[in-house]
Amino acid sequence: MTILAYIEQRGGQLKKNAFETITAARNLAASTGGKFSALLVGDGVAGLASQLAPYGAADVIVVEDARLAQFASGAVSTAIASVAAAESANVVLISNTLHGKDLAPRVAVKLSAGLVPDCVALELSDGNVVATRPVFAGKARIDVAVTTPNKVFSLRPNVFTATVVEGVSAAVRSASVSFGEKDFATRVVETKLNTGKKDVAEADVIVSGGRGFKGPENFNLVENLAEAFGGAVGASRAVVDAGWRPHSEQVGQTGKTVSPSLYVACGISGAVQHLAGMSSSKYIVAINKDKDAPIFGVADYGIIGDVFEVLPALTQEVNALHGK
Amino acid sequence: MNIVVCVSHTPDTATKIVVGADGKTIDPKGVKFIPNPYDEFAVEEGLRRRDGGTLTLLCVGGDSAKETLRWGLAVGADKAVLIKDEQRNDSFSVASSLAEAIKSLNPELVLVGRQSIDYDSAQIGPMLAELLDLPVVSFVTSFEINGTTLRAERDVEGGKEVVETTLPCIITAQKGLNEPRYPKLPDIMKAKAKPIEERPAANMPDRTQTVEMRLPEKKQGGKILEFSPENVRELVRLLHEEAKVI
Repeated sequence: MTILAYIEQRGGQLKKNAFETITAARNLAASTGGKFSALLVGDGVAGLASQLAPYGAADVIVVEDARLAQFASGAVSTAIASVAAAESANVVLISNTLHGKDLAPRVAVKLSAGLVPDCVALELSDGNVVATRPVFAGKARIDVAVTTPNKVFSLRPNVFTATVVEGVSAAVRSASVSFGEKDFATRVVETKLNTGKKDVAEADVIVSGGRGFKGPENFNLVENLAEAFGGAVGASRAVVDAGWRPHSEQVGQTGKTVSPSLYVACGISGAVQHLAGMSSSKYIVAINKDKDAPIFGVADYGIIGDVFEVLPALTQEVNALHGK
Repeated sequence: MNIVVCVSHTPDTATKIVVGADGKTIDPKGVKFIPNPYDEFAVEEGLRRRDGGTLTLLCVGGDSAKETLRWGLAVGADKAVLIKDEQRNDSFSVASSLAEAIKSLNPELVLVGRQSIDYDSAQIGPMLAELLDLPVVSFVTSFEINGTTLRAERDVEGGKEVVETTLPCIITAQKGLNEPRYPKLPDIMKAKAKPIEERPAANMPDRTQTVEMRLPEKKQGGKILEFSPENVRELVRLLHEEAKVI
């Protein structure tokens, strides 16, 4: 098996998903006796290779082009497919971020490959990769095999744990790809980042609030607890629809799917639409005054109580733990 | 403007999922199906942008999917086409069927929901881009058209990207794009009499195969405590010492 791990960079920065993807490629290569390469695509991104070496990337392929200073899904998918073909890679791994969701289906079509999106596990069965993914709002899971010789898997962020290995240095080689004008038919002309705020899709700890807070003015309780944990603020659909919080914070079916290490649901009953977005979190804490709320059914820990009492006490205890 | 909107007939989120006898798909018995919620944003946007053009709905599915097409006709779509495919196939075969139909319609704009809420694959938009050789902008929350230039805002982690492309193109609709309308009762009645064209599927072989479907394992023994200052301290201890997440 020859694996190509596409390493996402945005504005010349790597995020956690880059290290997760490289680790998943390394583990898959090890279990099949195969080899893997990492692929960076962008403008002036070769220098990022050294950050991949600690995760075991000995072979880093770089495609650079001044036009790739801004993300263009057509050109990046052409680069991935072209390098995969040149390297005879039969497995391509891509992180299932918002950019990855644009890329993986396009790469799959270009390579005549089957694609399993949003995988939470990759296992080997009789020499074939079987991928597991949640479906039907997390109410079921399927194991999926790809029946074509070329295979593409996109990996749900924050699920595959990144681990380091000793003594690997990255050899960087550059690959040339001939782009057509159509590859740049879609151009990012501006990026508007929410400054000073952690995004729920990338946070390791999320504290989410729901209707139990009675009004937007009480969300400072959620913000304070999130700050104590060093995490991001999330919200249920009900409070986003009510205009208390922005849609960018919404966790759930019509919002974002998240898999943090710790998800704290406060004053959220746990409708299936909400569970769809957070049930793959590693640890779930529920805080709700209704002991029968469905959220307790998926919680590892919980406190039955009023958020107006529990959150200040919890914030204080977390701060105390951190010596604040 | 001539617009094609691809819609999907999906189980209601609130439906209880039971694994079917084959162990690979859901048992459809007693399951309520609805128009895919993201496709409602796509249809609404098509209605607002049509401006004298024709809005054609495409749906890949069995006879029961006509319900979703009739909903689309009731809210104002001009035409509805069912691409007959009783089998639940993978995204590539669905995208291939849609691409074939879209080619014959030659629209200026193709709208699809960002993903359907059954398999949550989010593949159709980008796959159509490849199969039709058209630009795609996905997870779009607003866009404006100026001549043949389309400028859209789309979601990314941590904010928005402003993307420019040219028509004809494909847009995948994200929540926030608009407020979908509800069908009115007289229009629901009228839609029942409207024709639904049927076409055969492209019949591309599946590229993926479900080996097994199962329900997720229930979490056992969550430690749920009554509120007290001591129990809040205990929770923090458990998170620190047992879960080791803080």
